Amino acid sequence: MVSHLPVDTPAFFHRGPSPAARLVFFGLVSIALLFLDARYRYLEQVRQVVAVVLHPVQRAAALPGAVLAGVGDYFASKQALAEENEALKQRLAETGVKAQGAATLAQENEQLKSLLETRARLDSGATAVTVLYTGRDAFQQKLVVDKGRDAGVAAGAAVVDADGIVGQVTRTYPYVAEVTLLTDKDHVIPVKLERNGVRAVMAGAGAGRAPELRFMSPTADVRVGDLLVTSGLDGTYPQGLAVARIATVERDTGQMFARITVTPVGGVDRSEQLLVLARSVALPPRPEDPVEAEAAKKPGRGRTARGG
Amino acid sequence: MSFRLPSLAPADSNEVLRPVKPLFVALTLAAALFSNLLPLAGTGLALRPDFLAVTLLYWCIQAPRYVGVGVAWAMGLLMDVGDGTLFGQHALAYTVLAYAAEYFRRRVLRFPLWQQAVQVAALLVFCAGLVLFVRVFGGAPMPRLTYFVPALVGALLWPAFSVLLQLPQRPVRSSATL
Repeated sequence: MVSHLPVDTPAFFHRGPSPAARLVFFGLVSIALLFLDARYRYLEQVRQVVAVVLHPVQRAAALPGAVLAGVGDYFASKQALAEENEALKQRLAETGVKAQGAATLAQENEQLKSLLETRARLDSGATAVTVLYTGRDAFQQKLVVDKGRDAGVAAGAAVVDADGIVGQVTRTYPYVAEVTLLTDKDHVIPVKLERNGVRAVMAGAGAGRAPELRFMSPTADVRVGDLLVTSGLDGTYPQGLAVARIATVERDTGQMFARITVTPVGGVDRSEQLLVLARSVALPPRPEDPVEAEAAKKPGRGRTARGG
Repeated sequence: MSFRLPSLAPADSNEVLRPVKPLFVALTLAAALFSNLLPLAGTGLALRPDFLAVTLLYWCIQAPRYVGVGVAWAMGLLMDVGDGTLFGQHALAYTVLAYAAEYFRRRVLRFPLWQQAVQVAALLVFCAGLVLFVRVFGGAPMPRLTYFVPALVGALLWPAFSVLLQLPQRPVRSSATL
């Protein structure tokens, strides 16, 4: 017969609570944290404190990539550089022509607006940022960029690259900021079709799924390839920035809405150099939300919508 | 067998290892956290294992005096902030992982490395499943099956992790004994 080792070794040394007790304690604390964070978002202060501890590691992790890129630049062939230069010049010429027209248009627009007494647009400042890393979490689509509150990046600001909208700043720390991408499940953005001005709401669908246009009637005038631009209705995104192109349109008149998927035009999953736009419209102060006030009395309804 | 490089083969079960230095444990955990925050894209992002989870698992098995449920929980909180996930998501997963490691540690060590890797795969997939359950319960969309790929990659890396993290504990053989 094989004699088994005793399973429970006698506790010669006092080591504090047993692993099982610790599992129950820390497990329950984790679940409580999950609940508090998901439901009420009470923990932003704690997050800010932990972020300070994490910051050096965040910065250091961006170094190897930067070094590799530097080495790559050093050995880049002259021809590749010349080609890139040529392409950039061409692009500059193209945008230059557009920009010349835009100046006159902006002036006219300003005059018309002052005639109509609409709210004046603020001078929209922009901050150039670099992506530090992409979030690992499979349930959300987020980036961390290398500038935060110290550089004037504010939560709610739109984030763009050279081709179009990429996402929105959703959380700021002193030196870094979190950007939620267009493709995130909780991200919603008001858009319109550039061709005919039809307004729509575009919502992300999570990792690996194409964002979609919600609540469009099956008879709506939408064609594959149409460009969607921001409508600016929410006051978060400046008007007229490219967002996405229609990829597929499924019309089934038996359904309430058409199923329309889109492809973002901005480098949502690849751009490393981004621009954070300051809010372009002076918003009036937020009115007291009657729903919120009621929710304060009724627990369990205090969750606020993110994005859009 | 070469005596010049005995250290790159896994330690024999009868080899007496030197005690683990707490500083080394802390350094490896910091390095794992660092690796988790590396900017990756495309295939790298899809395959990227959770270095921190594998390292924590290793130390929970090898050095339960220094790394246990509490340390795992704290590292989980750091990861939650780094990834911008819900507070407690990684913390819960690492807590369960650390407990499972403490529960199975005497058993796991009796197996050769590749069989350990199979058991590690089961543990990592279980923790990924736990996170999946919590998030989907909280209203997140169901991710695709590739969600479990990082856990499997982590398990594949287990033998490499074991050998590397064991290096400083291998006894130094002086030339006289050769």
